[in-house]
Amino acid sequence: MRAGSKRKGASPLLALPALGLFAIFALVPMIVVVVLSFTYYNGISSPTFAGFANWSRFLHDSTTHHAIWLSLEIMVLSWLFQTPLALLLGVFVSGRQRYRAVLAAAYFVPLLFSAAAIAITWRNLLDPNFGLLANLTHRLHMSWFPTSWLGNPGLALYMMVFIISWQFIPFHMLLYQAGARQIPRSIYEAAEIDGAGRVGQFLHITLPLLRNTIVTSSVLILVGSLTYFDLVFIVTGGGPGFATRILPLDMYINGFERSDMGYASAISVVLVTAALGLSLLLIRVTGFGRFRSTHEGA
Amino acid sequence: MRRLLHLNIPGALAGLVWLVIVALPVYWMVITSLRKQAGYLTADPIVPGRPTTAQYHRVIAVGFLSYLRNSAIVTFAVVSIVLVFALMASYAIVRGRGWIASGSFRLFLLGLAIPLQAAIIPIFFVVNKLHLYDTLPALIFPTAAFSIPISVLILVNFLRDVPTELFEAMKIDGASEWQMLWRLAAPLSRPALLTVGIFAALQAWNGFLFPLVLTQSSGTRVLPFALYDFQTQFGINVPAVLAAVVLTTLPVFALYLIGRRQLLGGLTAGFSR
Repeated sequence: MRAGSKRKGASPLLALPALGLFAIFALVPMIVVVVLSFTYYNGISSPTFAGFANWSRFLHDSTTHHAIWLSLEIMVLSWLFQTPLALLLGVFVSGRQRYRAVLAAAYFVPLLFSAAAIAITWRNLLDPNFGLLANLTHRLHMSWFPTSWLGNPGLALYMMVFIISWQFIPFHMLLYQAGARQIPRSIYEAAEIDGAGRVGQFLHITLPLLRNTIVTSSVLILVGSLTYFDLVFIVTGGGPGFATRILPLDMYINGFERSDMGYASAISVVLVTAALGLSLLLIRVTGFGRFRSTHEGA
Repeated sequence: MRRLLHLNIPGALAGLVWLVIVALPVYWMVITSLRKQAGYLTADPIVPGRPTTAQYHRVIAVGFLSYLRNSAIVTFAVVSIVLVFALMASYAIVRGRGWIASGSFRLFLLGLAIPLQAAIIPIFFVVNKLHLYDTLPALIFPTAAFSIPISVLILVNFLRDVPTELFEAMKIDGASEWQMLWRLAAPLSRPALLTVGIFAALQAWNGFLFPLVLTQSSGTRVLPFALYDFQTQFGINVPAVLAAVVLTTLPVFALYLIGRRQLLGGLTAGFSR
């Protein structure tokens, strides 16, 4: 029997293909983007050194500052809108009643669509001339009713939050459904004997025991909303004006439409740093990394 | 009796309201896609008209099938790469010793936090340097690379629960690590591989940003990007645009009908535990 290599266990070489692919398309780009942020680069000719030009522009570009502000706004609004709805609906469909199972099957349907499909559907649905909404208000002679939801700078961002939520609430609902199903029935039965009502049970049993799921879902919403792109790009393209030009869109427009990839790289560095920092911060503050073990203890 | 007393009336009502919010756009999309363009604007938008597949023919006539083929190739390649690479890496991490095994696991965990959207500019640069711009591999490799961290996480968690005795018994029979990987670890992790495979397939099938930025010609166009293109091409022909949306979603919808549990498991890969 040959000893040696077999005794030592699996060769680390087996990890190489995955590591290699991941390094080339995820890790190397993280270094490249920092380098590019110090260059002038139009995407075609070779980058040339620019010193701190892009970074000083970043400090003074009011469009980008507005984009940062919008990204923060969309982050907070998404969380405020999605979390309570996903939580309530998730707990609701965690019930084993037949009608709830049927509802759940329908609720999860938005998950089947790509972001592009959802964006295009809503864009057409809300079109002020050809959309469902316009058609309905016309038929019902409700000409006073606003039809230009996406064309109104004051409303467009809220409409985007709504469409984003339409896409993502089912996902978070699924997390809450799984979480709520892990709560032992016996706890509720005991509470019922003690005379706790439905609201009381929800507040004193369900909510505290779903703490870990709330944390997971919130982390995903907050970090995810920082990098929303597809939906906003297709539905409004950042408009009307600058009303929905969130930071990833500002990056895309600078990089690919204005061919200023050096400046777009600077924005990209900020985005990556913010996303990584936010994840790490949330993990630290909430003890997210320990969620598996607390679950086992419960 | 007890059931009836327990019926949560406000809950059920709110549940119905949400059902309308979810179902109405989907219903409208489907019935509109079955309309003619002429008369679309004057027809009652909620009552289905006499169904016609004219718009579907139109979508197919403008190259839908070749985009479908591209999407299928990309999806198949991404899933194959992710399954094989992630399983090998997870096996090395679980069964291997030393700093490479633990170090690469930590690297993948860190990689989970890298947002794809924010990395798009340097990925464009790297893809250009590799002369892959406007090819299908330009979509395949980055999509696979960004699916690997979560896949490794899921597979490592799964393989860690496999009793060591199983591996030891095979080893005594003279099996090499390579054989144990494919004859023991792979069949045992079938449920986890299914989750990983569905997750990767959805990433590849639905991905929009990589096609937008890394491809250009119609020869490399995949479905989500084709949808975006149809929107400009068909313009105000809303029924045709929506027919394209329905067509691209049909395969995933079929999967949902066949294996709802597995599909939803793949969607929330790694986060629902």
